Amino acid sequence: MIAPLFFYIFASLCIASAFMVIASKNAVHSVLFLILAFVNASGLFVLLGAEFVAMILVVVYVGAVAVLFLFVVMMLDVDFTELREGFLQYLPIGAVVGCILLAELLLVVGAWTIAPTMPQSITTPIPTDVSNTMALGLVLYTKYVYYFQLAGLVLLVAMIGAIVLTLQHRQSAKRQIASVQNARNKATAIEIKQVPSGQGIKEDIEEKVS
Amino acid sequence: MMLPAELLSLKPLLPEITLALGGMVLLMIGAYGGERATGVVNGLAVLLLAGVAGLVVWMPAEKVALFNGSFIVDLFARFMKVLSLAGSAIAILMSLDYMKGAGQRRFEYPVLVVFSTLGMLVLVSAGDLIALYLGLELMSLCLYVLAAFHRENVRASEAGLKYFVLGALSSGMLLYGCSLIYGFTGTVTFTGIAQAAGQGGVGLVFGLVFLFAGLCFKVSAVPFHMWTPDVYEGAPTPVTTFFAASPKVAAIAIFVRVAIDAFPGIASQWQQILVFVSLASMLLGAFAAIGQTNIKRLMAYSSIGHMGFALIGLAAGTAEGVQGVLVYMGIYLVMTLGTFAAIMSMRRAEGPVEEIADLAGLSRTNPGMAFFFAMLLFSLAGIPPLAGFFAKFYVFLAAIQAGLYALAVIGVLASVVGAFYYLRIVKLMYFDDPAQAFVPMPGMLKAVFGVSGLLNIAFFIYPAPLVATAAAAAKSLF
Repeated sequence: MIAPLFFYIFASLCIASAFMVIASKNAVHSVLFLILAFVNASGLFVLLGAEFVAMILVVVYVGAVAVLFLFVVMMLDVDFTELREGFLQYLPIGAVVGCILLAELLLVVGAWTIAPTMPQSITTPIPTDVSNTMALGLVLYTKYVYYFQLAGLVLLVAMIGAIVLTLQHRQSAKRQIASVQNARNKATAIEIKQVPSGQGIKEDIEEKVS
Repeated sequence: MMLPAELLSLKPLLPEITLALGGMVLLMIGAYGGERATGVVNGLAVLLLAGVAGLVVWMPAEKVALFNGSFIVDLFARFMKVLSLAGSAIAILMSLDYMKGAGQRRFEYPVLVVFSTLGMLVLVSAGDLIALYLGLELMSLCLYVLAAFHRENVRASEAGLKYFVLGALSSGMLLYGCSLIYGFTGTVTFTGIAQAAGQGGVGLVFGLVFLFAGLCFKVSAVPFHMWTPDVYEGAPTPVTTFFAASPKVAAIAIFVRVAIDAFPGIASQWQQILVFVSLASMLLGAFAAIGQTNIKRLMAYSSIGHMGFALIGLAAGTAEGVQGVLVYMGIYLVMTLGTFAAIMSMRRAEGPVEEIADLAGLSRTNPGMAFFFAMLLFSLAGIPPLAGFFAKFYVFLAAIQAGLYALAVIGVLASVVGAFYYLRIVKLMYFDDPAQAFVPMPGMLKAVFGVSGLLNIAFFIYPAPLVATAAAAAKSLF
């Protein structure tokens, strides 16, 4: 009883927030709705019993990808409202295309039958006695450890590459030197001046600060 | 918990593990040592690559498959691994003076070469489609970064970006092919595919075409060669040297293994593809190089042509053909490294030059360099008694034995056309008025140049080591 209820809550919230992603005027709101859609989708995965995929969805998509989107949206000054101008006028034709696509998908998937020999022939059958996180771990670190480590090396190279191509040691850049900063005391850091009232101070403040 | 016995079963993987750990150690040394550690990292990287090559040779020679067949060590893999490792080590050695001169002494260069070489080893040993893809990506990802290594240089950045975008596209095609093959056979291992494929079917051949398209991109065979001239020209010359050497060897190796191991049942299908690809590569390599004025672009077309010649051996589909491919790649590596040593020493006081016209009258300004360079160019053109002639001889012989007469005849004609542009450089060096002299050649380049020149002659006198090893390696595939 309770599972179908949650399914409908997650599913309808997911669809509603997915719609808001494309409909909202503010790009930041879009990203926030995207996060909501991801969280609801991961709820659906929990209902399916795939708790590992659910957690990964939250960690990777909400934790990394969506936050990255937020950064991009905030840092690049792209006027999304202009890009999306007239979006709602085109909605009817878009909806028609979408409906045709949906009908085609239903026709294909409806006629789909899985070959009866398929469940026996899969290389790694799903064990029923352990949770699926553990089941994944049991094959990932034994049978597929070679692929797993190679994928790790590919990621390491991606990291090195990103640093090689973007990190610049500019001489003019100002850096924080913690030891110098900590060694400052009241005598070296502050200069007290007597300011005659009504005249101000002649020295350029900016120069002093730098 | 790994038992010692289980760890021992990983012994065939020892070269790869050593290279991976060594690469990470080098990265740490570089990260903590900064610019000052560049020399140390360069030296250690060369030692590491040489040591791993020693390990590969030292490992027992029998055929081993690990991880359900996704990692295969046999004589073929050993041969190609040693070639890749040697190519990478020499590419690092050759880069030292150039990088110093260009103010680009950064420790990431040897580290990326080491990781790229690790990708090549994985690729050469790949026994299934997943290992193939992971190896290919590990290798290529390093290459994309290396192409854009001089990031302040607009042309280098352009080369890196172009290579990356086209490489991603080709990876997409390769993966599409892999997924089709998996869908139609139900397995990713090469042996499993060979069993399940039988006589093939439209779906499987469709997947095969996409897989081959992805691999053709990596070996820069026509019609997937467009990136080559731009990337060769734009990338820094030491990086171009590296591109032309070991990645080609590894890509040809996996090409051979996929064709022979995974699709023996439908050989007649992939032979058609390979005949077309090698014909088109040879002809384009020969004709398009004629109009080039930049020597790096010329070498790009030359390498496209050479890949066409090497693929003739695979198109034959026999053990002799594969032996021809192996001999070809060995000799190609030596010739290419030697030629690039000469290109890298084309340097005047104001900086490196890349135009063919800059070589004019080299025989009077630097007779030794002109003599060896001319010899390497004769070898690239395939003129007896130099090694390049025998490389072509073995693949043509295999093609004729397999009944591919038209392919062999057109191949010979293409190599005659190709000889024209190599000989044009020789003419320029010996019969034209001298241009401004180059600065003296650095010792390291001189050594590579000399050794490669001598090996080109030595092959004629004593071909047995390379030919016999290649024959044994080719047999291990069949």
